[in-house]
Amino acid sequence: METDLLKVEDLRTSFYTDEGEVKAVDGVSFILPKGKTLGIVGESGSGKSITALSILNLLASNGKIVGGEINFKGKNLLSFSDKEMREIRGNAISMIFQEPMTSLNPVFTVGQQISESIIKHQKLSKKEANIRSIELLKLVGIPSPDKRVKQYPYELSGGMRQRVMIAIALACNPEMLIADEPTTALDVTIQAQILGLIRGLQTRFGMSVIMITHDLGVVAETCDFVAVMYAGQVVEYSDIFTLFEEPKHPYTIGLMNSLPRHDVEIEKLEPIRGNVPNPKEMPTGCRFSPRCPAATDLCRREMPELLKDDDGNDVRCWIYSEKWEGEAEVTVYGEKRIAKGHGSETILSD
Amino acid sequence: MTKFIIRRLLQTIPVLIGVSILVFSLMYLIPGDPAQMIAGEAASPQTVEQIREKLGLNEPPPKQYLKYMSNIIQGDLGNSIRSGRPVADEIKARFWVTVELSFYATILAVFIGLIAGIVSAVKHYTWSDVTIMIVALFGLSMPNFWFGLMLIQWFAIGSWMPDWMPQMRASGWGDDWKQVILPVVTLGTGGAAIIARMTRASMLEVVGQDYIRTARAKGMGERVVIYRHALKNALIPVITVVGLEFGGFLGGAVLTETIFAINGMGRLTIDAIRTRDFPIVQGTVLIISFLFVFVNLLVDISYRLLNKRIDLN
Ligand SMILES: Nc1ncnc2c1ncn2[C@@H]1O[C@H](COP(=O)(O)OP(=O)(O)O)[C@@H](O)[C@H]1O
Ligand SMILES: [Mg+2]
Repeated sequence: METDLLKVEDLRTSFYTDEGEVKAVDGVSFILPKGKTLGIVGESGSGKSITALSILNLLASNGKIVGGEINFKGKNLLSFSDKEMREIRGNAISMIFQEPMTSLNPVFTVGQQISESIIKHQKLSKKEANIRSIELLKLVGIPSPDKRVKQYPYELSGGMRQRVMIAIALACNPEMLIADEPTTALDVTIQAQILGLIRGLQTRFGMSVIMITHDLGVVAETCDFVAVMYAGQVVEYSDIFTLFEEPKHPYTIGLMNSLPRHDVEIEKLEPIRGNVPNPKEMPTGCRFSPRCPAATDLCRREMPELLKDDDGNDVRCWIYSEKWEGEAEVTVYGEKRIAKGHGSETILSD
Repeated sequence: MTKFIIRRLLQTIPVLIGVSILVFSLMYLIPGDPAQMIAGEAASPQTVEQIREKLGLNEPPPKQYLKYMSNIIQGDLGNSIRSGRPVADEIKARFWVTVELSFYATILAVFIGLIAGIVSAVKHYTWSDVTIMIVALFGLSMPNFWFGLMLIQWFAIGSWMPDWMPQMRASGWGDDWKQVILPVVTLGTGGAAIIARMTRASMLEVVGQDYIRTARAKGMGERVVIYRHALKNALIPVITVVGLEFGGFLGGAVLTETIFAINGMGRLTIDAIRTRDFPIVQGTVLIISFLFVFVNLLVDISYRLLNKRIDLN
């Protein structure tokens, strides 16, 4: 238990709009052990960003956390006051965002924006904070940092701005960094550099990282644990090896099958058919059931719980429950497998 | 940036020429013979001819215009028909009164407009927001002359007049600062309303930006987020409006000065129109127009300077 830095349990976040309640996050559970990297994967709109923003309580004013627990170092962040949360933000937990172009304030210099955090949380003087800012810029690989520190965001490229965002995030030596699709908006070559930078800094400072992405490739490269999200819910949570060796949820399997891999030969990639459900009209039962090749009446009727096994791997699918009768056949990379009986002995036998 | 300023300066030249042509043609746009109108119906033909001669009206219009322009460039705006004094001197005496009035009105508009706009944005959709916006709508739609007259009615001659509020004197703009209050309120209220609405809209837009979320993610308190991170960005478009309002006040002062009997350029213009003193009318319209173009130029350049950071997103 001591090693779990963050434990999110059944988190639910809703937005209240003119058209009614939008359950953007509706059942998210995962664990991030200390010093490890957790990947959150899922298609666009599956609730990844809202999960991240919920952790720091940075939701838009029409958003509200309506249920669950967010335990950080054993304390539920949802019970924290505004003031206590401000002490956490940018200090123990920092976050970097998808859009480096718009995430920096255009009217302040890079140095002012990094210093602000340091002055607030570490009570350094302006001058000391500026020196520290230059160090941080150097740390994130920005050339001639003493010049850059005085520049405004418009003078920097997208990749440079994301490095500045990382410098801001690292300013107070956070225990946990949330990176929300930090490379999605960047060129491919820059993407690799930024990911490399985050990984390097993590090993150097022993940070725990939540890496949000829609790219399983990024997950394979950077993560120790993975939470797969679909339509506001975690549908599968496991360690990286189990996930790639024995994906359980048909959605995860679908994602795998649509991902090119160099280590497995396969005739053709199979995209998942159908579309992500609209959050305003969620299907009853399992949310993936309209697109699931194995769905039965049970799936369409009742929502499955997130089932936990002894190895700490979770899946939200009826196939692996006691209620499931018979066997289900799934195809993973052109290889047919029988999926059955989570909790019982057989898990994905050939 | 220097290139931009030079280009922008060059662009004002055709505008200024256009304005001067318009001002020059004023005399011809009005139906009837200007010399006859100046002299009055009863004047003898000799008098009319004299006036025509004096104003150079017998020359072909293009030649008259060129002469007019070369005089302007030398600072000669002609002589007043009534007083015979140089128009430039007549205007000089009034110019600063109008600028001062407009300046105070701008300060009032900025002060009230900013506070109201910020409060409205921070508390948007609450009753304070709604109240402020309704009041602003009134301020915006009230005609100046009516509002001015109402203020006089209430405060200067009505029974509610506080002791310290001095009676308006015919001499108008006096040495007592309290006399400034009513005219400045009259002139500045519309501007305050515009600035309030602009500030509110601008703040609401900025508050939804990604960098505001970044500031919160750094652990900044609401006050810092609003007054440091949001306001500084939101003020950029507001500054433009403030500049334009100041320019607008210079022209808008005509009514206010008339109502409060203030001897500014506006009053000078109205009096000159009444007495058909064409050189004065031309002179004041020209000066106010040039001033307006100049203020616009400054606004443009400052906006560009401020916006440079934002533009290239
Ligand atoms: N401010 C908001 N108001 C209403 N709905 C929102 C708001 N923000 C996000 N949502 C909804 O929440 C869902 C999840 O969004 P998000 O977490 O951003 O997805 P992603 O996985 O792409 O990061 C989306 O369907 C979106 O429509
Ligand atoms: Mg997102």
